[in-house]
Amino acid sequence: MKIIAEIGEYVLLMLQAFRRPDKGKVFRRQLMMDFQDLGTNSIGLIGFISVFVGAIIAIQMAYNMDNPLLSHKLVGFSTRQMMILELSPTIMSLILAGKVGSSIASEIGTMKVTEQISALKVMGINPANYLILPKITAAVIYNPLLIIFSIALGILGGWGACLTTGIMSTTYYVEGVQAWYEPFTLTYALIKTVVFAFIISSVSGYMGYTVEGGSVEVARNSTKAVVYSSILIIIFDLILTQLLLI
Amino acid sequence: MIEINNISKSFGDQKVLNNITTTFEKGKTNLIIGQSGSGKTVLMKCCIGLFDIDEGHIDFDKRNFSAFSEKKKRNIRKEMGVLFQGGALFDSFTVEENVMFPLNMFTKMSLEEKRDRVNKMLSRVNLNNANNKLPSELSGGMIKRVAIARAISLRPKYLFCDEPNSGLDPKTAEVIDALISELTEEFEMTTVVNTHDMNSVLQIGQKISYIYKGNLWWEGSNKEIMKTENKELNDFVFSTELTRRLKLKL
Ligand SMILES: Nc1ncnc2c1ncn2[C@@H]1O[C@H](COP(=O)(O)OP(=O)(O)OP(=O)(O)O)[C@@H](O)[C@H]1O
Ligand SMILES: [Mg+2]
Repeated sequence: MKIIAEIGEYVLLMLQAFRRPDKGKVFRRQLMMDFQDLGTNSIGLIGFISVFVGAIIAIQMAYNMDNPLLSHKLVGFSTRQMMILELSPTIMSLILAGKVGSSIASEIGTMKVTEQISALKVMGINPANYLILPKITAAVIYNPLLIIFSIALGILGGWGACLTTGIMSTTYYVEGVQAWYEPFTLTYALIKTVVFAFIISSVSGYMGYTVEGGSVEVARNSTKAVVYSSILIIIFDLILTQLLLI
Repeated sequence: MIEINNISKSFGDQKVLNNITTTFEKGKTNLIIGQSGSGKTVLMKCCIGLFDIDEGHIDFDKRNFSAFSEKKKRNIRKEMGVLFQGGALFDSFTVEENVMFPLNMFTKMSLEEKRDRVNKMLSRVNLNNANNKLPSELSGGMIKRVAIARAISLRPKYLFCDEPNSGLDPKTAEVIDALISELTEEFEMTTVVNTHDMNSVLQIGQKISYIYKGNLWWEGSNKEIMKTENKELNDFVFSTELTRRLKLKL
């Protein structure tokens, strides 16, 4: 019962958020700040993790495929496929849910408990629109770029592993990366990313906006933001994979 | 003019406001006084529509605000300035950006005009050279003053101040009180001030409403309040050494 009420409240909040902004200029300025906070500031973390994940997969693949009957292309191929299909869109989104989700929820939550949201409201501003819409927009635009970046770095990481460990020559690895490429896999990855970005930013925005109380509740709702976003990401991962790949 | 008609408000089974009727007049500083927990903040939040009232209605210059849709309320809110008990400054913005914020949202002024207005407002509250500070770098009294500057930057028709001088030293408190009352006359605002500071009551209380446990217990001016026979109000007014001594002199 409670969950249905919460979903209803979430939908109502989103309806409030998705309105034309009062002032285009103010919206664009908020958006730029959110690009910075939610996107640019995550480049380092995403890049770092992607390189290592790519390298690890390449090594694991090489280790599993020492059978001479298997094509030498498989290492590069699997690294690419795994990065595109799952590791970049889903795992990186889960990491972003932790980083970005908690920051959105705690920022908005703190504004709620210190009455900054009430202050916006009594000025005649629609706070959901002013605060949440730029964050959703920023995440939905920026996360796909982060994910493409992550795929590229993952593949480079795999190559780095080939070079440093000598498990495979560059030519073989590159041949593998180029083998059997279907452009739709990238589209699939980007669709997932956009959906996940919406989940992370809107669920966290909702969790922040509905805080009642003080700092303890802000912390509790930030945790909830991460937990709920992560659960929803995994559920929608399954749904979208069913819909798009089969 | 703001008319409050028979409003009541409960949280769960706790009745916080009980059938309150009063008017806040234009060009006057209307005070709401009462002990901590008596319901002053709740009454103010009902007026500005942050709490929905259970019964009754609130009219802003004959416009039935409490019955309006959220969208229509927004238009009246653009005519309000509100000072929250904790200041509620935007903590990612500097002092200047805070005061400029309503101007950015609702006017087409040029940056120069806005700067000019901001500096004027900040000098009204005796805050020069703090433009680029963040709220976290300000003292409690400075936060209050910036919040007042922000509340009046759009020259509102209605001004609500929740304890504008709590936590301030007596001198600054007096300056703030004088400022609020001056601005009220200058801009012909309908001003509502929550306070439990007796000095403010005597200094600027043109019309005083005393709230006792959620009921409107007494109304009058600062001239009448010292001579009141009302027992609860007497207890409230003469609860400090200073006012008791004053009474002996009268
Ligand atoms: N959001 C809320 N939910 C439940 N109860 C509330 C809420 N806000 C206020 N109350 C209750 O309403 C009563 C009046 O509170 P209010 O904040 O109006 O007091 P006040 O007169 O402003 O006191 P102070 O001078 O200390 O600010 C208190 O008993 C408080 O517990
Ligand atoms: Mg109060």
